[in-house]
Amino acid sequence: MSWLIDSLLAGLLLSLMSGPLGSFIVWRRMAYFGDTLAHSALLGVTLGFVFDVNLNLAIILCAVFVALILASLQRQHFIPSDTLLGLMAHTTLAGGLVTLSQLENVRIDLNAYLFGDLLAVNRDDLVIMAIGSALVLLVLSRMWRGLLAASVSEELAQVEGYPVAKLRLMFMVLLAVVIASAMKLVGVLLITAMLIIPAAAARPFSKGPKQMAVLATLISMLAVIVGLGLSYQFDTPAGPSIVLASAFFFLISQSSYRFFVRH
Amino acid sequence: MSDYLIKLQNINLVRQGRSILKDIQLEIRSGEIITLIGPNGAGKSSLLKLALGLIAPSSGQRICLPNLRIGYMPQKISLPETLPLSVKHFLKLAKGFQKNELFNVSRRLKIEHLLDQPMQRLSGGEQQRVLLARALLSKPELLVLDEPVQGLDVSGQSELYHLISDLKDELNCGVLMVSHDLHLVMAATDKVVCLNGHVCCEGHPQLIQQDPSYLELFGKSMPAHLAPYTHHHDHTHGEHCNHDHVNEEQNS
Repeated sequence: MSWLIDSLLAGLLLSLMSGPLGSFIVWRRMAYFGDTLAHSALLGVTLGFVFDVNLNLAIILCAVFVALILASLQRQHFIPSDTLLGLMAHTTLAGGLVTLSQLENVRIDLNAYLFGDLLAVNRDDLVIMAIGSALVLLVLSRMWRGLLAASVSEELAQVEGYPVAKLRLMFMVLLAVVIASAMKLVGVLLITAMLIIPAAAARPFSKGPKQMAVLATLISMLAVIVGLGLSYQFDTPAGPSIVLASAFFFLISQSSYRFFVRH
Repeated sequence: MSDYLIKLQNINLVRQGRSILKDIQLEIRSGEIITLIGPNGAGKSSLLKLALGLIAPSSGQRICLPNLRIGYMPQKISLPETLPLSVKHFLKLAKGFQKNELFNVSRRLKIEHLLDQPMQRLSGGEQQRVLLARALLSKPELLVLDEPVQGLDVSGQSELYHLISDLKDELNCGVLMVSHDLHLVMAATDKVVCLNGHVCCEGHPQLIQQDPSYLELFGKSMPAHLAPYTHHHDHTHGEHCNHDHVNEEQNS
């Protein structure tokens, strides 16, 4: 039973970060960007094994590196952004899979990394996640206004003197931290869903940005509780169960909004 | 003459091998209104972004007073539907303004009744007022306006032009703006800069209308005979106009 509580705590800590950050992803239309960084996480893990670095750190560094490569590639004008994102997402995923096949002394359950594993979270992970989410929330609350201004209009924000480029970089780093923490529980392929579905479900009932971030966090927490409960009860994979639960809440939010608010 | 707020010196801008702006000199001073006009693709927006410091020139220099407060009113902004943001909240995102300023500016621009509306529900004209309000919040020393009256009817245009002119006197700020209408330039403009990749001619609106290169670009007086404009640039230059032609190949 204690492993279930550990996973639950990890999921709730994750929701604290993914709620507000997911809202920004939705506002900034960066869902595919988040997906690309998430795909690179597997490469981060395998490189972490190769160079014997802390895996969380390896994932974060790899994601930031990928984000920087993307930013430099986007400066040329021949290949559109969506093509670049797809290219990077699958190249890094393929790189991760190939590197993994060449690791001789390491046995990894690939499924667990791709789709999450209820049993994978241990006490050390929990401590790291608690520190991670506290840091993410602290940094995010300090850059909230600037990041919001830049999400509304980067040009306007830059003229007014917000450090737009620095904010963009910091946002990428925060995103990388969330991806690193989410990977064990939800899996590489489903992290983006954790970020965008609760935010999308929160949108119809939000009057302001802060309210939407808080609501997204609560919906995400609820999805974690329901999803992990299902996973425990019916022995379904953890990540997909959480994602299905949030999709369910999204459906409820959409239909109840149509029923009660617009009528 | 007062000193300049922003000075552009020998600015060249090249994008993907194509020359967008060539050899631009521009000084913006307090209390002076400069209007940029020119055909589509003349580089008006690029020049505005250079003056704002949003893009860097390929060569040349932008000299700006230290800590210059700039109020920028973009043509329009497109907010994602997913972001719940009221007008009041949008205005509050402006950097460094005093609390009571928000109410003064809202009253001045007659947008008090809009403050609780979501940004996405504003009409074009309302959004323009809100954007101008945000530009004014920091009590700017320089106001940069990108086609501020676009989409307004004639009375709305003249109303907004009056307002800008009044605001300039109150704040004693410099104003740099792009006009979408080649013929109807704000009466209070001190200087019209006529742009077509390079500065074709510049001067007071009354004088510039007689300038041969202006006539060549925009035709005589009012657009009684509106026709699609094509620029051939085959004019010969008078004494007061000694530019060369950068965009000849592309434009003809």
